[in-house]
Parts: sequence; structure tokens; C-alpha cells
Amino acid sequence: MSITTQDSVLIPSAEAAAERGPSQRGMEIATAVVLMAAGGIGMMDSLRIGAGWGADGPQSGYFPFWLGAILALASLGNLVVALRDHRRGARGPRFATWGQLALVAQVFVPTAIYVAVIPLVGIYVSSAVLVGFFMRRFGEFRMVTSMLSGAAAALVSFVIFEIWFLVALPKGPLETALGY
Amino acid sequence: MEEIQLLGHGFAVALQWENLLLMVAGIVLGVLIGVLPGLGGANGIAILLPLTFTLPPVSAIILLSCIYWGALFGGAITSILFNIPGEPWSVATTFDGYPMAQQGRAGEALTAAFTSSFVGAFIAVVMITFLAPLVAQFALQFGPPEFFAVMFLSFACFIGLARGSPLKALAAMMFGFLLAGVGMDGVTGQLRMTFGSMELMRGIDFLVVVIGLFGLSEIFQSIEEGLRFKGAKARITLGTVLRTWAELPRHWALFIRSSLIGCWMGITPAGATPASFMSYGVARRMAKDKDSFGRGRMEGVVAPETAAHAAGTSALLPMLSLGVPGSPTAAVLLGGLIMWGLQPGPMLFVEQKDFVWGLIASMYLGNIVGLIIVLAAVPWFAAILRVPFSIIAAIILMVCAIGAYTVNSAEFDVVLMLIFGVIGYVMKKLDYPLAPLVLALVLGDRTEESFRQSLLLSEGSLAVFFSNWLVGGIMTLGLVMLFYPTLSKLWAPRVSPAGAA
Repeated sequence: MSITTQDSVLIPSAEAAAERGPSQRGMEIATAVVLMAAGGIGMMDSLRIGAGWGADGPQSGYFPFWLGAILALASLGNLVVALRDHRRGARGPRFATWGQLALVAQVFVPTAIYVAVIPLVGIYVSSAVLVGFFMRRFGEFRMVTSMLSGAAAALVSFVIFEIWFLVALPKGPLETALGY
Repeated sequence: MEEIQLLGHGFAVALQWENLLLMVAGIVLGVLIGVLPGLGGANGIAILLPLTFTLPPVSAIILLSCIYWGALFGGAITSILFNIPGEPWSVATTFDGYPMAQQGRAGEALTAAFTSSFVGAFIAVVMITFLAPLVAQFALQFGPPEFFAVMFLSFACFIGLARGSPLKALAAMMFGFLLAGVGMDGVTGQLRMTFGSMELMRGIDFLVVVIGLFGLSEIFQSIEEGLRFKGAKARITLGTVLRTWAELPRHWALFIRSSLIGCWMGITPAGATPASFMSYGVARRMAKDKDSFGRGRMEGVVAPETAAHAAGTSALLPMLSLGVPGSPTAAVLLGGLIMWGLQPGPMLFVEQKDFVWGLIASMYLGNIVGLIIVLAAVPWFAAILRVPFSIIAAIILMVCAIGAYTVNSAEFDVVLMLIFGVIGYVMKKLDYPLAPLVLALVLGDRTEESFRQSLLLSEGSLAVFFSNWLVGGIMTLGLVMLFYPTLSKLWAPRVSPAGAA
């Protein structure tokens, strides 16, 4: 496989973990069960607030109750389809290989941390770090280039949103210190 | 011809210089969104929607709909040059577009794609101009049962025409309806499915869901595929354009056929993606030398692009005239109407003439502006994909987070976006369709409202949905569409032995 761009770090690890990974069938079953549970929760909550006919017409739970019931039934159908799929075990199709999931995790985990720290340090500082981190980690840019680009991205969005569109985004201690 | 007069008035609105400026800005932004992975028409518009509050509604819809046209154009650029469909509806364009680019005919393929997009959209807009007012006029006599029936029909179409498993389409749709139900019940003021959470009392905003489902999940998926961009170089000279244009009129029958497929698929909420595949398939089946398809036939670019644009454009017809959007992007635009304080539905044509006709006029102008911009600026747009993915991905993540936050100025929404990013990733990988989920989420409240009002009229009897020929007819059509897969299976055994090969 020829590697042409600076994103090369993403490629080799995908090949390393060969063909193994969670099975398609397992994920189908899990998803069907989760959606069935969602339907069940919807039905239960609707029953709690009343899913029948009140003095002033249908009660609040009337419509969601039946939607929950249809969701549960449809998911049951999907579950049966998945359970009857005999291409199980090592022979069955993969949902994704572990290598692919590792790549996704490499993006998901920093994103989750990013989302978690927004309330603490504001969206600008965290965005600057996110952009800098991605460039350093996946693009193999020099540290200085990455940091400066991150800061530039945050600054541009600050000008666009706070000054141009007058939309207040979450701010942290740094912005407070600067008088915003 | 009252429509012509109203349309003329609409042009007067659309031709105001600030609206023209927004049109150009919208197209450029839209092409950018279409070219970049992780940003598409639906979530690009969802991100920008909260920023349009300060604009008058007609300017806001011109900006956002032009982003939509731009995104439709942009999808073709990456398909042809990089073999990466920027949008799902341009997958079919890669089949012949990329081989053409490899043969050094990239300019020709792009010109053909843009021109067909333009033709498809133009035919659809002409149809909207004359058909939408009639549909709206007709729909003025609709009561709650009829409105529920129309929504039932469009949701039934989703299940009946689903490309994959109808059960999965049904599950995705019901999940969307349940999400729409979260929060305060508009009729009784009762809290539903909030489980004591203050954050959930506000309800789950569809814009946040769209940004997560279409934006974040797309990034995860691109990463998984170990994204590398390796593209053909493109420059479109005036000579190429004129030479291609001289060749295109020969395919007039293909244009008409593809536009009709597109318009039909756009009005019924099947959407642009199946329309482009179907149109490609039909073009291939009707060609004399089928085997040359997939190796760089111009017809293979013209057919899907014409149909995708016709479908994308005509998806706005039911949105404008009935308040029932034909695609996820149209659903987001409909959500915009509600946020700007307009009441979607047939009354729009009576009460908001400036808005409706300004929008329709802007569709004509926007597509002309779009065609010129994309033909002139392809090299620049293509250059964006040479920016390393590490930078693009981080900036898209940042833009998505900002977009999700600005909807309600709530940090919880950013968390919700992340959750829906994961849900979208899993659903896409398991072939659960996302469009019915989004449509159900947007239309959930209105569907429930018309359902409850109908039941109030009939004091609880479901017979109200078959109480006259109109509502009964729509419901019956809906039921036929719903069970279409089963019905067609009953027919299939007689046909299949011959087609088994």
C-alpha cells in the first residue's frame, strides 16, 4: 500500500490488527436489544403519565405508548433476524476490525475529553488544544506549527462568533482574565 | 398565469443585492461543505441555522437553500476527482466519473456533472413553480385527519421503499418519534420521558441530533477507512466546457428520464441517494452496450447527477406546500421555518407570498450562480482536499461542537451531539437508515398534534382516518406503500426464475 500523505500514521496500525474484531451479528443483537429497551422505557413512562383516554381527549402518553410498542416489536423482529443468522463466530462478517476500532477510538477519546473540558476552560482554549493535538498526533506537524495553528483556529472562531455574529460561546478563566 | 406574476415578484425579492450576496456566499459555503467529509447539506445547514436569527426569514432561507444547492454540486467534485463521494447521493457518480478523470477527461466529466445537476434542478424548480401552489391550494381543505394521513403516507413510503431492511427503517423511525416526544407535552404541559433530568425538559433538539448523526459519525467512519486523498488534477477551460456542452444535447432523452425519476423520488421522501442509483441503473439497462458503463461513459455521470439534483430540489415541494419535508436537509430547513416563526403548511402560500416566491425565485438564480461558480472555481475547491485530514478533522469537530452549542446555548447539547455521533456511527455500520429518524424527530410533534386533534374530532375512534374519500384514499395509499415489500414479494415468484441469472 502506498502512503502518500502526512496522515500516514493512520495506516499501518490498521493493517497490524489483521481481520479480527467484534462480529456483525453480535452488534446487530446488541443494537436490537438496546432499541427494544428504549421502546420499553417509552412505554413504561407513557403508562406512568397515562396512556389512555382522559376527560379532555387522548392523554399525554397515548401517542408515545404506541410508538414505543412499535419500536419494541420492530426491534424484536430485528433481533430474531440477527439470531437466525448462522454466519456466526469467526466465519461471520465483522462489524469492524479491532484495528479500525482503535483508529476510531484515537479520534473518539480526544473528542470526548474535548467535550468534557468545554464547561471548565471554555470552547476556545479547548478547541485550540484539540486542533494542535490532532495536527501533532495524526499529521506529524512540528510542535510549534501545531500549537500556533490551534491558537489561530481558536482566534478566528472567536472573531467570527463573539465579535462578528455576537454569539456568546462558553468561555473560561483565560477569556475572563482578558476581559471578556 | 398568476404564478408567473408572483414569480416575477419573487425575483424582485431575490435580486436585492444583499440577497444576491447571500446567494453567492451560500453556494461557496455549500460547495465547501459538500467537498469536505463530515460536513454535508443537512448538518452544514443545522450548524448555520442558529446564526440566521438576525436575518429576515426570506434572506435566511435563501442563504440556507443555496448552501443546499452548493452541497449538491460539491459532492460531484470529490466523486470525480478523488473517487470519494463527498455526499451519499454522489456515490453513483464515482462509477463513471472517476474512470473518466483517470483517462484525463476530468474537465469533461466535471462539466457534464455540473451541467446535468443544473438541468435536473432547473426542471424540478419549474415543476415546483407550477405544482406547489396547486398542491397547497388543494391542501387548504385539509383538516387534522388529512394532515396525519399525509404524514403517515410519507413515513410509510420510507418503510416500503427502504433499500435495506424495512424493519430497521421502522425501528429508526420510531426511535426518532420517541426522541421527539422527550420533554414537555405541548398540549397538556406534562413532562414526558425526562426521568427527572432538567436538561431533558427542554427536549432533544433535532439540530443537535443531525450534527451528531451526520457530522461526527462521518468523521469516525472516515477515520476508520484510514482516509487518504489521492486525486486527479482538474482544470476546466472554456474550450472543455463548450466542447462538452456541444455533446450534451445528444443525451436529451436521458436528461428527461433522469429528471422525472429524480422529481418522483424527491416528492415521495425516497430522496436523492436512491434516485441517483435508480437513474444510473435505468440508464445502464437501456444502453446498447451495457459493458462500457463503469469505464468512463458520460451517460454514467449525467444520469445520477441529473436525478440527484432533481430529487434534492423537488424534496422542497412537499416541504413548502404541505409542511412535510422530502429529505433530511429539507427537514432541517423546515425546522428553520418553525424557528423563524413561520407556520409550515399550505397557509404559507397565502400568508407569506414574499417568502415562498422569493425562495422559489432564488432556486432559479441560485442554480445559475452555482453553475458559474463551480465551473470557474473547481481547482480551488479540489485543493481543499489536499489539506491534511488531521487539520480538516479537528476543525470539523470544532465547528460541530460550536454548532451544537449555539442551538440552545447549552453545554449539555454538545454531550448529546457526541452521543448521537456514536449512535450514528453504529447505525450506519449496521445499515439502519438515518433519514427516517431525522424526519420523525422533526415531524414528531406535528404528527402527534394532528393525530390527537383527529381523535378529539372523532372522540377516540380510529375510523376518522377513513371517514371520507380524501383521508381514506391517502391512508389506503399509505398502507399500500407500507406493505409494498410484502406485496411485491407475492408477485415476485412468477418473475424471478427468468431474472435469477
